Amino acid sequence: MKKDIVSQSSLSRRSLLRGAAGAGLLLSAPGLIGRAHAQSGDAIRLGAPFHRTGIGASYGRWYERTANAALQLINEQGGINGMPVEMIVEDDGTDPKRGVEVMEKFATEHKVDAVFGHLYSHVVAATAPRAGELKMPYFLCSEAHTLASGAFSRYCFQPSITDVKSQVVSMAPWISNNLGKKITLIYPDFNFGYDHRDNMTAAIEAQGGEVVASIAIPPTETSFTRYMPKIPFNTEAIYHVMVGPAVLTFVKELGEHLGKNRPEIFGFIDSLEGVDMNIPQLEYLEGTYFWEAMPRYAQANQTEFDKFFREKVGVDSNGASLDDPKDIATYAHMFSVWETLFAMKAAMEKADYKGPDQKIDFLEAMESITGFEESNEFPQGDKLFNGKTHQSFGHQNISKVTDGKLDVVYRTTIEETLYPDETDYTQMSF
Amino acid sequence: MDIAPYLLLATLEGLVQASVLMLTALGLSLVFGVMRVVNVAHGEFFMVGALIAWACGVYIPGPPAVGFVIGLVVAPLFVGGLAWFADWAVLKRINYNPEGTIVSTIGMLYIIQQFALLTFGPDARAVDAPFYYTIRTPWFGYSSYKLFIIVIALALVAGLWFMLRRSKVGLLMRATQFDKETAQNFGIPVDKVYSAVFAIGAMLAAIGGVLVVPNQQAHYLMGTDPLLLSFVVVIVGGLGSIPGTIAAAVLIGLSDGLLSVFFSPTLAKIVSTLLVAIVLVFKPQGLFSGKGARA
Repeated sequence: MKKDIVSQSSLSRRSLLRGAAGAGLLLSAPGLIGRAHAQSGDAIRLGAPFHRTGIGASYGRWYERTANAALQLINEQGGINGMPVEMIVEDDGTDPKRGVEVMEKFATEHKVDAVFGHLYSHVVAATAPRAGELKMPYFLCSEAHTLASGAFSRYCFQPSITDVKSQVVSMAPWISNNLGKKITLIYPDFNFGYDHRDNMTAAIEAQGGEVVASIAIPPTETSFTRYMPKIPFNTEAIYHVMVGPAVLTFVKELGEHLGKNRPEIFGFIDSLEGVDMNIPQLEYLEGTYFWEAMPRYAQANQTEFDKFFREKVGVDSNGASLDDPKDIATYAHMFSVWETLFAMKAAMEKADYKGPDQKIDFLEAMESITGFEESNEFPQGDKLFNGKTHQSFGHQNISKVTDGKLDVVYRTTIEETLYPDETDYTQMSF
Repeated sequence: MDIAPYLLLATLEGLVQASVLMLTALGLSLVFGVMRVVNVAHGEFFMVGALIAWACGVYIPGPPAVGFVIGLVVAPLFVGGLAWFADWAVLKRINYNPEGTIVSTIGMLYIIQQFALLTFGPDARAVDAPFYYTIRTPWFGYSSYKLFIIVIALALVAGLWFMLRRSKVGLLMRATQFDKETAQNFGIPVDKVYSAVFAIGAMLAAIGGVLVVPNQQAHYLMGTDPLLLSFVVVIVGGLGSIPGTIAAAVLIGLSDGLLSVFFSPTLAKIVSTLLVAIVLVFKPQGLFSGKGARA
């Protein structure tokens, strides 16, 4: 018996070594391939730093699928300016440090034409300055207000998804008119949460409402009962956003604490992206409201463009993968990858872009664009693009949870989402 | 909310936390008391217990209560076996050398954690509570399952107390703790006692993990917090002292509950860490460890 165990362990040690050597080879391989490919002029190469692992993994998976579908379509239609478009994906682990490293790799090793697809705001905040230093066109699919506030450089754009400020500004009137004027905010205790807190507090006060409590929750929190007593009794509506991976616990404990006589509840879909709405743990959300950039469930008045987009990325009318109904898409956000690619295509065609020598032409063409029509290329809806702040503005949706599905009850106009410019990137040098 | 119901909620939260803490800290304290081993991997045993509870909840058909009860049996057995193996494969080989055991249990921490990441994945997963019944007060609702945690923890601690004080196994453990060499001379199989103690310590942590998972979701990094708090409790209560550990768990759990409800969870952590520093400076043997208090 004892002998057996000893010989087994020595065998596994040897195979472990073998495995380690193999892993080393595998790890070095992508670099080699990348270097071999990097030649300009024959194709347009786009760097895609996706969150394949880490806390953003479910977003990353769907961002990658969406990008693949969009590129396939672009290449079927003849590419950009007659050149095929290639995508090089690197995993950034949803980690700011790794995000910067990947950006450097795209610039120096893969020598890509542009980088697109970053989502998580802390990764973006770390990567954007490096992109500016490397003079690498950097297209965000994030939501942070940082870009439009003027903190980044002339190389950064967000041509598809709107920023938090614009979302909040357009939601506040509806919330105060329909749900209540005394609001309790529950938000994550970091930058993204403060964007919500500051903008929402200002917006609700402008409506004659009042924030009766602001509850910041550390992003690693696992139990929420202790925060619940801070919700005042006179709260008319609870506003909650992105409470981290423990969102199911949050909802359950909110239900236990408040019971049936709850105030109105309004949340941002971000924390429930990739999560099935129709599960027992989320029953308490029935009858509550959510912000969605693009409705997860196909609506009665579904546009032909939404239908086309779902078909191309492989998502059914419930927002789940066609291959696996349990694999729920991050549908309210992932359209931004699709639309961003078509926005880049539009700018490159406008500049008759052939290679990195025309980088400035490409960026100036992007700045000169004023918006996009609702189409197969822009299935979320028409957009207004502000060349000065590099930020786009679009329609927002408010959906109600009804029978475990999300039904859109209000769609804002683009005018409702606007706010005065806070910067002018066109005044900066390249 | 008025002050009285607020206080009630804070006390309940504190007691629930104290119960889980009592189980995990007792495991840590027992292992240190008898073996003089500082088990840094203790939190990972807690985490493995929680993951097994999740697996039982998902893969065993029938109502959630069935999966929960099976988890409550299987998790400590599996984790106990794992600890027994770790003791045999590592700790015994380095003769329970104090520095060596710290480093090797750090190694175990990473091995177990990364193995959990590879098999279980990085997502937090929810587990259904064995029963849903919300106790409604005029001010707030409270999950009856949380009160059930307190009951189970008290029963287990009473059982452990009885075992240590009244059974032969307990006698052997106490003899080993008191003086290892004399115990060996009297024919006590110290090696086996060590293995058993290490396994029992890990089992207590695993039960803590099973109990907590319907409240918190299972996650591969969930072992860190209980480990830190257990160390706090064990230091405040006096290393190796069972009654001291129990008293300190209630003290820390309640103060944590009250402070985090009334002020903020961060302040609660600051206060308990400060308490450790004060205890270490003024009463390094622990607040509750008199001469007669050793279990």
